[in-house]
Amino acid sequence: MTDPIDLLLWGAAPYVSLAVLAGGLVWRYRHDRFGWTSRSTQLYESRLLRVGSPLFHLGLLLVAGGHVLGLAVPKALTELAGVDEHTYHLVSLGMGTVAGLLTAAGLAVLLYRRLTVPRVRRATTLDDRLVYPVLGLVLLLGLTATIVDNGIGGGYDYRETVAPWLRHLFLLDPRPELMAGVPLDFRLHVLLAMVLFALVPFSRLVHAFSAPVHYLFRPYLVYRRRAPEVLGTRAQPRGWAP
Amino acid sequence: MRVMAQIAMVMNLDKCIGCHTCSVTCKQTWTNRSGVEYAWFNNVETRPGQGYPRRYEDQERWRGGWELDRRGRLRPRGGGRLRRLAGIFANPDLPGIDDYYEPWTYDYRTLTEAPLGEEPPVARPVSALTGAPADVSWGPNWDDDLGGAPGNEDLDPMAVRMRERVGRGIAYEFERSFMFYLPRICEHCLNPSCVASCPSGAMYKRVEDGIVLVDQDGCRGWRMCVSGCPYKKVYFNHRTGKAEKCTFCYPRIEAGEPTICSETCVGRLRYLGVLLYDADRVAEAASVPEEKDLYPAQLDLFLDPGDPGVAAAAERSGIGREWIEAARRSPVRDLIVRHRVALPLHPEYRTMPMVWYVPPLSPVVEAVAESGHDGEDAGNLFGAIDALRIPVDYLAELFTAGDPAPVEAALRRLAAMRSHMRSVNLGEDPDPEVPAAAGMDAAQVRDLYRLLALAKYEERYVIPTAGVGTAHDLESIATSCSLDTDGGPGMGGPGGAPLKPGATDLLTWSGDRPEGLFPPRRGGEGRSAR
Ligand code: HEM
Ligand code: SF4
Ligand code: SF4
Repeated sequence: MTDPIDLLLWGAAPYVSLAVLAGGLVWRYRHDRFGWTSRSTQLYESRLLRVGSPLFHLGLLLVAGGHVLGLAVPKALTELAGVDEHTYHLVSLGMGTVAGLLTAAGLAVLLYRRLTVPRVRRATTLDDRLVYPVLGLVLLLGLTATIVDNGIGGGYDYRETVAPWLRHLFLLDPRPELMAGVPLDFRLHVLLAMVLFALVPFSRLVHAFSAPVHYLFRPYLVYRRRAPEVLGTRAQPRGWAP
Repeated sequence: MRVMAQIAMVMNLDKCIGCHTCSVTCKQTWTNRSGVEYAWFNNVETRPGQGYPRRYEDQERWRGGWELDRRGRLRPRGGGRLRRLAGIFANPDLPGIDDYYEPWTYDYRTLTEAPLGEEPPVARPVSALTGAPADVSWGPNWDDDLGGAPGNEDLDPMAVRMRERVGRGIAYEFERSFMFYLPRICEHCLNPSCVASCPSGAMYKRVEDGIVLVDQDGCRGWRMCVSGCPYKKVYFNHRTGKAEKCTFCYPRIEAGEPTICSETCVGRLRYLGVLLYDADRVAEAASVPEEKDLYPAQLDLFLDPGDPGVAAAAERSGIGREWIEAARRSPVRDLIVRHRVALPLHPEYRTMPMVWYVPPLSPVVEAVAESGHDGEDAGNLFGAIDALRIPVDYLAELFTAGDPAPVEAALRRLAAMRSHMRSVNLGEDPDPEVPAAAGMDAAQVRDLYRLLALAKYEERYVIPTAGVGTAHDLESIATSCSLDTDGGPGMGGPGGAPLKPGATDLLTWSGDRPEGLFPPRRGGEGRSAR
């Protein structure tokens, strides 16, 4: 029998988080496309941004790739491909640490910029204030898990616990008990990540969902017809209205 | 042949008095909101001068417009699609706010709240970005009227290029200096590099009238269009995180009315009309190898609406009769194609711009008059156009990628018109040699004179309406009270703009949460929870 708290945290919360993410994205797309933007602050300050932003984003792309490899690909598959546990461990530790440190360094520059450049600071909104700490914590906890548990601590094989737990979530066959014995930093990392996902639709992070990959495949020039039903943009006053 | 219609503008620079009325009325109409304080969809710059934003013409630095790759194909100067995406996290070519200017307002409250005292209170400037007291040391027209001032030459990229090309600078000596005003709006290019740079595909050229617009609901704030446009006529709204640009006042154009800048121009120097062009040949024309051939190549794109073949092809492409008729009467076409007095601004950017300029003859006339000679005598003027290389070569850097011949030809026509009309006004027998020397006949000169000097409102603005059937309804829209914005003092009329849910109308957006963020409440009452 699973502990009810574990059931809540590892059986229900992930679905709530994903539901909020998906539902929130649909809502935002249908009702606030105007607010859907990266809200670039490059106009205010460019020097620090040109260091921090690429560092952060490219690091994050690596981190995301690492998560896919580590969590989505079952252990049996890599072993079938001839990668033994030890090799995998070294690669994941090395790549994970590098990617994590790049991202953290980038975020540090961005945070420093946000706090010290008055123009940028002034443009920081409520949702930024919520998102930055959560994002920073998720990142730090992830880094701790990698460096402390996996590196200094000698290695924790999350592919026996966290990874199958996640895959079972997507198979609609939750196994909360898999997470029960996982080290605390891993569990906190996952929990806060769920919070972060739920925040995405309501913050500037939505911009990640409009990554303009289709740009690569479209002709340079775009032509559009005027919307036939709209002439002008104001409501047409009725004849008798003042 | 694929015929397309374009609403184009011509400005006669000889008549611009630099009053900035156009800039102000444009701002009042479109950009008097926070986030775009620094944006001037219409700006008037003094030339020679740096322009706005500072040195925007230095494409070595800003890399706007198009270039030819090694195989002679067009490619955005800032890089192709992959390069653009690689630079998306921090755009390497984006001007900063200081290249425009830090917008400021005044601490007006001290005026009303200061206690009674000996000294009158003073409203100090405060930065619109940080709210901190601002030390105003640069603004949108800081160098207004300083065209001939010493020390400016190296700041004007075109003056520098002219010096490199012809080996002679604009000597800023008092008697040889000159200046004129250059009002600029978006060029609504036939080959817009802003559109090509937008990763989201949110910018587009309208099929019906060629107006280039930003879809506010599609823009994701990647700010690539800002650097893609060589004229720096896309602005980033730092409050909404979206790009905005000159709209060519499309709600007015759709109603058959001129843009605000044209309507209010004190010098009455703007002309609006339709041009038909062959869209299939635009890419070919924009990629001719020699920069000097770009102006003739663009001229060659324009089709003759009087030609029955062209008219038939236009109708096949869905262009209405009213539009073809307007193209026949187009003053813009007359100035560009028939009289050849209007020239494009910076054809070398290869965007095929569609706001053209009649170059100013006045620097030449003034030089002649100041030397004690008759500034309206054709011989003196023709001689001066040949002799006064400086204004001509400078104008050529602006309008013909450095080729002085078309500028000279246009100035000669203007000089011939001036001299011929003087003879007519003085009751003398006009010398037929004068127009002939400029490649015209007397009738053509009179026609040009009529267009440049006398043309009334209806002749300067020949704009077909968007939907003929609904045109009369539109008039009331385009002329409704400008105080009628949401929450504005004149807020009137029923709500319920015919917008899709989730779409936001910048004309009426007050800076609050957009309307329609939440679905309408049941019962249809209360359109949004604010
Ligand atoms: C591949 C998709 C993505 C693209 C194309 C992208 C692009 C951008 C751009 C253009 C900016 C604006 C930078 C500026 O101020 O000019 C930005 C900012 C930002 N992005 Fe992304 N992004 C992506 C994914 C993500 C993801 C997945 C996250 C985090 C979960 C993220 C977090 C942020 C944050 C926090 C900022 C604000 C930086 C600051 O101004 O302090 N981005 N992004
Ligand atoms: S001038 Fe206008 S249409 Fe041309 S590239 Fe710039 S913004 Fe686009
Ligand atoms: S309103 Fe007309 S005359 Fe005045 S600055 Fe503008 S273009 Fe020149």
